[in-house]
Amino acid sequence: MSILIRKDTRFIVQGITGREAVNLTRENLEYGAKIVGGVTPGRAGRDIYGVPVYDCVRDIVKEHGQVEGSVVSVPPKFTKDAVFEALENGIELIVIVTENIPRREVAQMVELASLRGARIIGPNCLGIISPDEAKMGGVGGPAANTRQAYKKGNIGVMSRSGGMTTEIASTLTAAGLGQSTCVSIGGDAIIGTTYAELMPLFEADSETQAIAIYSEPGGRMEAELAEWITENDSRLPVVAFMAGRFMDEMKGMRFGHAGTIVEGKEDTTTEKIKRMEAAGISVAERIEEIPDLLKKRLEEGK
Amino acid sequence: MRFYEYESKALFRKHRLPLGESRVVRSADEARSAFEAIGGPVVLKSQVLSGGRMKAGAVKFADDADEAAAHFESILPIVIGGESARSVLVEKKSPVAQEYFVAITWDGRAKRPVLVFSDMGGIDIEEVAETHPDHVSKTHFSSILPLSPYIAKEAIGATGVSGTALNKLTPVVFELMKIFLDYDLTLAEINPLARLEDGSFIVLDGHIDMEAEARGGHKALLDELGIGEEETRQARPPTDFEIAGARVNAVDHRGVAGNVVEFDGNLGLVIGAGGGSLTLFDAVRKHGGKPANYCEIGGNPSVNKAKELTKLILSKPGVEKIAVMMNVVSNTRVDIVARGVVKGCIESGKDPAKTIAIFRIPGAWEDEGFKILRKYGVEYCDRSVSMYDAAGRAVAKLS
Repeated sequence: MSILIRKDTRFIVQGITGREAVNLTRENLEYGAKIVGGVTPGRAGRDIYGVPVYDCVRDIVKEHGQVEGSVVSVPPKFTKDAVFEALENGIELIVIVTENIPRREVAQMVELASLRGARIIGPNCLGIISPDEAKMGGVGGPAANTRQAYKKGNIGVMSRSGGMTTEIASTLTAAGLGQSTCVSIGGDAIIGTTYAELMPLFEADSETQAIAIYSEPGGRMEAELAEWITENDSRLPVVAFMAGRFMDEMKGMRFGHAGTIVEGKEDTTTEKIKRMEAAGISVAERIEEIPDLLKKRLEEGK
Repeated sequence: MRFYEYESKALFRKHRLPLGESRVVRSADEARSAFEAIGGPVVLKSQVLSGGRMKAGAVKFADDADEAAAHFESILPIVIGGESARSVLVEKKSPVAQEYFVAITWDGRAKRPVLVFSDMGGIDIEEVAETHPDHVSKTHFSSILPLSPYIAKEAIGATGVSGTALNKLTPVVFELMKIFLDYDLTLAEINPLARLEDGSFIVLDGHIDMEAEARGGHKALLDELGIGEEETRQARPPTDFEIAGARVNAVDHRGVAGNVVEFDGNLGLVIGAGGGSLTLFDAVRKHGGKPANYCEIGGNPSVNKAKELTKLILSKPGVEKIAVMMNVVSNTRVDIVARGVVKGCIESGKDPAKTIAIFRIPGAWEDEGFKILRKYGVEYCDRSVSMYDAAGRAVAKLS
């Protein structure tokens, strides 16, 4: 098993004729994804690598039946509208690739998604991959590169950085640890799905035996994860890597992703590490320590 | 992006929030005439973005025009948190009976705006929340359902406020909620919001932070306030090196090669992407290296952009070597970055083999990239060398 996506997950690409979207469509198809259609207003009738283009999400649903997911890769100005369109057409899993979307619009998309019982991954993310099954988004790049870095297995990966999702997977693969599902959750201050919100899915997935996460300064997401693990007595050992330790001394400066800024004490890496360790999460200082820490925790049985 | 107090107040005035009469002044003479125009006791406040003005002695009261002029002279040179005053705000002094606190910000966990209200304003709200929790209310509200004043009323009422005060505070707080959403703010705060001795309410001080990503959508307001695009309003003003970095990134729209932050070390860094840069910067420091800069490359930048960034970093005095490192890349092409940094070295009059301490970018098109590096004798490594160890190799070459 895996979480969120499987081999037969049918999805669409909104903004499919854009430069980045064309690439990710090709890469996803080559990895085996079932992309039933794409949307770019005014471009109906074309096709991208054999995927038919429509003006509206409604037209795809009418012709091909309900689809489960959508990858949204449209300019920031049009993202909210595209996501609302997907939600109102019954799509339940939306991956938002676009970055530089103001928080208000992200909050609005997330709130409508929760009213409709749908889930958003991102924005500012590279998407989801269940190795050897399917991927949804640019994660891993071209199919050949993706196959090199990602292998099927028992580790769930969650990362606030798209690039580091692949770095971690590649390190796990080299150490003989495959992955169940890897999720690039996005680097913004408000995102559709946090670590803690993905945990119940991994918890319920029989294939997943442990979790590796990449985290950064800024926000309360790590504290939320620590609380979830404590409150739910999770069966899954978690190993975290914390980047941006130098930022603790640089209050108010923004580095990396939009959500990465130290405003108060709770945003610092020192505080986050303290909270995570208190909840039983092993915190690695280097990426290459993650596999050994995971193996150790798996042997200990938790 | 933080607003100065006078800009926050200009926005409040536009929305008819109650404010005392005030003038922005830039000389002692202007301070004197502001006093005369306002007529009566005034307060003079240094206009800086950082907090702690009161403690620094940059807020003073004046009872006559001479005193106002003298206070201007003493306030203007005060540097607060490394920041010089832009101007001084002269405002009518108000006889305060009680102070309130109201702020709206985003709660990343609830993914909604949160309204914080207290009837114990003027002092540190964190402290009030700890010592008098029943005097602070936190109320989340929807960002898509229609806003309605009852939300403000409930938040105020939750701290025990009733009677005329409740009815006068509600529209002020409600207006601030609208301002928060309408202008894509990350913080809208009034502290103190004061009840005067005559029973009227007035905004004494306010903070506004606008989301950087939303600036394009609020150009009319920013023009009106005279906030130019070059004003980044980060924790500290950008250095010339950082401004040049922003220009490099604007050369074309392909990918990112920028977000440069200057440090005072000697190892130039051409690193990426968002998370990779944070990881690599830590690694360099852990090995005892001194970075000359932070930066980010990613999203498949053009050869030209990578080249210009390399040239900029090599132009910094004391920088003889650069480390070119990224996490395993997906959509950035290794060969394009390789070509860019090699060209950047050559155009700077430097030998790539001696200048590039290490090149560690594994992933798409790596064979093509490594071929270029071999040709120029540059040391490179693939994913079998960790980001941490690659940073170590670069640092070792400097000592």
